[in-house]
Amino acid sequence: MKLITAVVKPHRLDEIKEALQSFGVQGLTVTEASGYGRQRGHTEVYRGAEYTVDLVPKVRIEVLAEDDDTEQLIEVIIKAARTGKIGDGKVWSVPVDTAVRVRTGERGPDAL
Amino acid sequence: MLPGISTLAAPAPDLSAANTGFMLICSALVMLMTPALAFFYGGMVRVKSTLNMLMMSFISLGIVTVLWVLYGFSVAFGTDIGSVVGWSGEYVGLSGIGLTELWDGYTIPVYVFAVFQLMFAIITPALISGALADRVKFSAWALFVALWATVVYFPVAHWVWGAGGWLFEMGVIDFAGGTAVHVNAGAAALGVLWVIGRRVGFGKDPMRPHSLPLVMLGAGLLWFGWFGFNAGSWLGNDDGVGAVMFVNTQVATAAAMLAWLAYEKIRHGAFTTLGAASGAVAGLVAITPAGGSCSPLGAIAIGAIAGVLCAMAVGLKFRFGYDDSLDVIGVHLVGGVAGSLLVGLFATGGVQSDAKGLFYGGGLEQLGKQAVGVFSVLAYSLVVSALLALVLDRVMGMRVDEETEVSGIDQAEHAETAYDFSGAGGGAAARRGVPAPDAPAASVPHKAAPGTGRSTAQDPAAQDTAVQDTAAQNKKVDA
Repeated sequence: MKLITAVVKPHRLDEIKEALQSFGVQGLTVTEASGYGRQRGHTEVYRGAEYTVDLVPKVRIEVLAEDDDTEQLIEVIIKAARTGKIGDGKVWSVPVDTAVRVRTGERGPDAL
Repeated sequence: MLPGISTLAAPAPDLSAANTGFMLICSALVMLMTPALAFFYGGMVRVKSTLNMLMMSFISLGIVTVLWVLYGFSVAFGTDIGSVVGWSGEYVGLSGIGLTELWDGYTIPVYVFAVFQLMFAIITPALISGALADRVKFSAWALFVALWATVVYFPVAHWVWGAGGWLFEMGVIDFAGGTAVHVNAGAAALGVLWVIGRRVGFGKDPMRPHSLPLVMLGAGLLWFGWFGFNAGSWLGNDDGVGAVMFVNTQVATAAAMLAWLAYEKIRHGAFTTLGAASGAVAGLVAITPAGGSCSPLGAIAIGAIAGVLCAMAVGLKFRFGYDDSLDVIGVHLVGGVAGSLLVGLFATGGVQSDAKGLFYGGGLEQLGKQAVGVFSVLAYSLVVSALLALVLDRVMGMRVDEETEVSGIDQAEHAETAYDFSGAGGGAAARRGVPAPDAPAASVPHKAAPGTGRSTAQDPAAQDTAVQDTAAQNKKVDA
């Protein structure tokens, strides 16, 4: 089992959600996040004083996936998230030891 | 209050119901400017000091009003003593004034003139507070407002507008307060800054405005209230001069906003919201002294010049290293000086007084008078304000301590915060803070002594116990 995490532009969230739903993903977690990558942040001007804002708004999407689905899911997310401009974000996956559905106590793939 | 009015007004006027009503409305409009200023400033500070900024303006409504009734009106507009201050016993406590007694050659009651002028006295010290954001003890500020109004504003108002005041007698034109209000407040800000110094982190930490919509709301309301400020300063409108003032106020403000935005677009690449709001205020400041003496075209020129000058001036604090937090000096002092001096160029001689500026064939005489007026008020206000701040700093300390400043002055000085940002679980946390129905109402939590009126729900020890209980229950379920 893998945890797929995507940190992407907020306005792509709906596209990604729909793409994951059509793939058959049952659930996901979305968190408002902020951060920067290689391009850093942006500059704001107040009465001529320039402020560099490093942290730009992002959303962090987390999905638990079975091992076999992981690569495909990553592709789905990337396809939906990509605009081709800087700041499109990152997707990664990490192994997950176990997952439990709180209500029923089901474990592993059954809990997804 | 206006030089030259005695030649224009009828010899023995009767009370005019129209002018009286007009002036009461103007007074109410000017009153609105102080809360508007509070919003204008409040949006420009960081979240953690929003309430303090609002309160520094708002408190002036309380303090100055009471002082004005007690003695302020008498000092500013009483019988002249040596061209420096006034004093009239019947004005003390506004006690000896008849209901229908008219103000000096005008068609409105003394009472109406007194409340109109009161609103000017209120907003002037409030203007200073923008330079001192985030770092001044509220008690010290309140005392400063009372002392400053007494020894700076009331006398200066007498110099500029009081019959017998030395600048008034000299023929300095300050229609609605460019010198007495804006130069005065801006110079005071500079004086106090010299004593209190910069904010912690100035030049290093980002100190971005937390709410530009609030700034726009404040600027819009200031613009609206300013019609009372300026159009009302003719003290009536039966000869149409008030309407000219209204027009000039509108066009100068519009021109200044456009000029500031154009400067900004060229210099920094964007038309900013804060620039539009600031440009409008700069135009309002600049037209204040000049609006009664120039034509609408002159008002456009004055507004545009002030818009660009002020936009340039707000950068000076970074060059010279003084922390004028919200640009009181850059906007009010520079705008006030510009407007007051531009009277010497753009006065047409045909509206408020017969004094003509350089561009209308009057030579340099009026410009010279304006310069004397501006720089004497500037110097007096600068020195006396710095001395007042110095004394207060020695006696009680002007600044909050560094920890308070960094963690936020709202919580420390007012026991409140402007916004509730409690996120996950915030609702539950808030509910825990509500006293149980049978518990006595809790006072300010951090000041309450243990066991005095504190509800169980707010007692940290009790909360800890509750948390432990819940944890114990969870364990049982797991087992």
